[in-house]
Amino acid sequence: MDLKILLEQVPDGDGTWLMSLASGLKYTMIVAALAWIIAFVLGSILGVMRTTENKWAVRLGNAYVEIFRNVPLLVQFFVWFFVLPNLFVSTKHLVNSLDPLTYQLGASVLCLGTFTAARIAEQVRAGIQSLPRGQRDAGYAMGLSQAQTYRYILLPVAYRIIIPPMTSELMNLIKNTALGYSIGLVELFFRTREMGEMTFRYYEAFTAATVAYVVIAMIANRAMAVIEKRTAIPGFISGASAGGGH
Amino acid sequence: MNNLDFAFLANASTLGYLWKGLQYNFQLTVVAAAGGVIWGTLLALARLSSNKGLSLVASGYVNLMRSIPLLLVVFWFYFLSPVLIQWVTHADRPPQIGADRSAYVTFILFEGAYFCEIMRAGIQSIPRGQVGAAYAVGLNYWQAMRYVILPQAFRNMLPVLLTQTIILFQDTSLVSLLNVTDFIGASSKLGQSTGHLVEVYTFAAPIYFLICFALSLGVKRLQKKIAIIR
Amino acid sequence: MKKLLPTLLAALCIAGTAQAQDAGTLKKIKETGQITLGYRETSIPFSYLNDKQQPIGYAVEICSHVVDAVKAELKMPALKVNMQPVTSSNRIPLLQNGTIDMECGSTTNSVERQKQVSFGPTYFRIQVSAAVKKTSGISTLAELNGKNISTTSGTTAVPLLKGYEKTKNVDVKEIYGKDHGESFLLLQDDRVVAFVMDDILLAGQIANARDPSLYKIIPESLRAEPYGPMIRKDDPSFKALVDKALTALYKSPEMEKIYAKWYTSPIPTATPGKTINLNFPMTPALKADLAAPNDKGV
Repeated sequence: MDLKILLEQVPDGDGTWLMSLASGLKYTMIVAALAWIIAFVLGSILGVMRTTENKWAVRLGNAYVEIFRNVPLLVQFFVWFFVLPNLFVSTKHLVNSLDPLTYQLGASVLCLGTFTAARIAEQVRAGIQSLPRGQRDAGYAMGLSQAQTYRYILLPVAYRIIIPPMTSELMNLIKNTALGYSIGLVELFFRTREMGEMTFRYYEAFTAATVAYVVIAMIANRAMAVIEKRTAIPGFISGASAGGGH
Repeated sequence: MNNLDFAFLANASTLGYLWKGLQYNFQLTVVAAAGGVIWGTLLALARLSSNKGLSLVASGYVNLMRSIPLLLVVFWFYFLSPVLIQWVTHADRPPQIGADRSAYVTFILFEGAYFCEIMRAGIQSIPRGQVGAAYAVGLNYWQAMRYVILPQAFRNMLPVLLTQTIILFQDTSLVSLLNVTDFIGASSKLGQSTGHLVEVYTFAAPIYFLICFALSLGVKRLQKKIAIIR
Repeated sequence: MKKLLPTLLAALCIAGTAQAQDAGTLKKIKETGQITLGYRETSIPFSYLNDKQQPIGYAVEICSHVVDAVKAELKMPALKVNMQPVTSSNRIPLLQNGTIDMECGSTTNSVERQKQVSFGPTYFRIQVSAAVKKTSGISTLAELNGKNISTTSGTTAVPLLKGYEKTKNVDVKEIYGKDHGESFLLLQDDRVVAFVMDDILLAGQIANARDPSLYKIIPESLRAEPYGPMIRKDDPSFKALVDKALTALYKSPEMEKIYAKWYTSPIPTATPGKTINLNFPMTPALKADLAAPNDKGV
């Protein structure tokens, strides 16, 4: 183990291996951040749909969750990268007109976003359904519409309850970005492998990446804990059990 | 639609190749789930034990495993498992194990961390009074766990353990990135050698869906049954 | 979370010792009664899978002569031969950690790699070039400027391409395939305009394509590179055996037959009943290598 290798130049590259890994880390964070936005918005919509009184909204939400939860994420990456662009002539033209990196980024963000949305939808549904039925009825009794009841009564409490499982989901999302490697996205794991392949210093490369992922996980964990504290409602105990998955 | 051509899939040797790959995923899942539950239960007991050092080591292990990507763990153990096995068995030289077999080590050790958290929640869901009662009838810590707490915790947590096992089944697809010929690995290789990559992935995704969906329906059924017993 | 450090350190200590390998492949083969050869699954015609998923190819056949020599040397006619698939990315670590004893594929003998591993006598010499579709109208590497191209990660083509981009002021956008088959499919499906790789591998992919007449290889080269069987470093007894066995083979008339069998005759593919012919006659450079067997890297 000799970490000095990190300060050596990449052959025919523009900097040291450390900089190469850092640039990978940058893409990991970009993908995670953009995918989180999609996952949060889409997952919230789907989660709410599954708790409404509209039968078709519930079915649609359930179908989405089942489809995206029951296909391995790796296969979903392959579908986004290899299958979808080739299905139609128009999508193929669109994809070919893009810079490959743009498409790899886009495919990774959409893939991780839609996958994580299914998991968030499950948490949001569980959060809303954990609230006493009386809260919804109270909203209606006060003359609020269904939308207003969600906006002002159900969601503010439900979101607070599900902060711990959402923390796990965020951490899972960051870890899952490593699968972008499978479609050639130059994120942290790709750069780690590349460094291993080109310098044959696998232990050094993988140690650096392991430390980076652990540090990110700690930061994400801390950040969510701060949010949890800031938004806590006195008298409520948050702490739904953490979801499974990776 | 572009012209997709699935005809090349329809012959016995091709389907047999894919089926062999799928069998590997099932084998890996069953072995890793069994090994992972045992390892996870031991970790959970260590985390909850009053021995500070033991509990710290166990929680450090679990937190480390849970904060790095599975893909990274898969590669770590791929490099390290020959050395680990040599260390455990005191052999003269590292055993020759390919990615297909190092995956068993990887998934048991990795999933153990997740099963640990499930078992820990299961153990903590049992009222404290039961531990006290077990001690009162003269059982020690391990006996109390073995005869009173764990059987109940295991039954309460069975649906969650099985759900995690379905996730494990999906995760086993990652071994294809180590060039193992599992179901998706066989699909990739078939697609590359025949030039029909799009078709094989279009075929593989619904197959995975059907398997996992059927399994998760099964778990839901079981969950209802268990809920009534309780 | 704070308690990660001890676990991490313990893991690192194990990792540190992992690189120390016992030398003496012959001793290992003798004690275990088996030899493990690494092969590639899509490196046509060096080492690839046939329709029964069995590894075959030019390099696999050449390596079988080394295995024969090992059997004779150790007086072990019943030596068990294991075949282990490897990729561009994992072939070196697998050789180093003892999973495979020799790699029989399409590995460039480079000076950089010689710091980690050793090579037997060169059995092929390639040019790093690019495959394009004939309809693209591209005939020089410089015309790839501003285009999307594919290449296989972990190969010598990657730093070569980066170097070429810098010196010629050419800017291409790479997509990295995990294996040659995947890189080629990106070309087949028009996701990229060129696949930059060793010419013979390109020829193999083209011959195996659904419609080989659509593709051509640009008659220009980034670099010429020798291929050879890869073995562990610092293992003089095994290296001497490989050198001796292959030098004898290369100089024998049998070598021409082996070459003709794989490069100028129809060879089997992964598709049942389908054969392809690479039509790749022996180059003067390779003739020279075979006449004077050597393990010089680039």
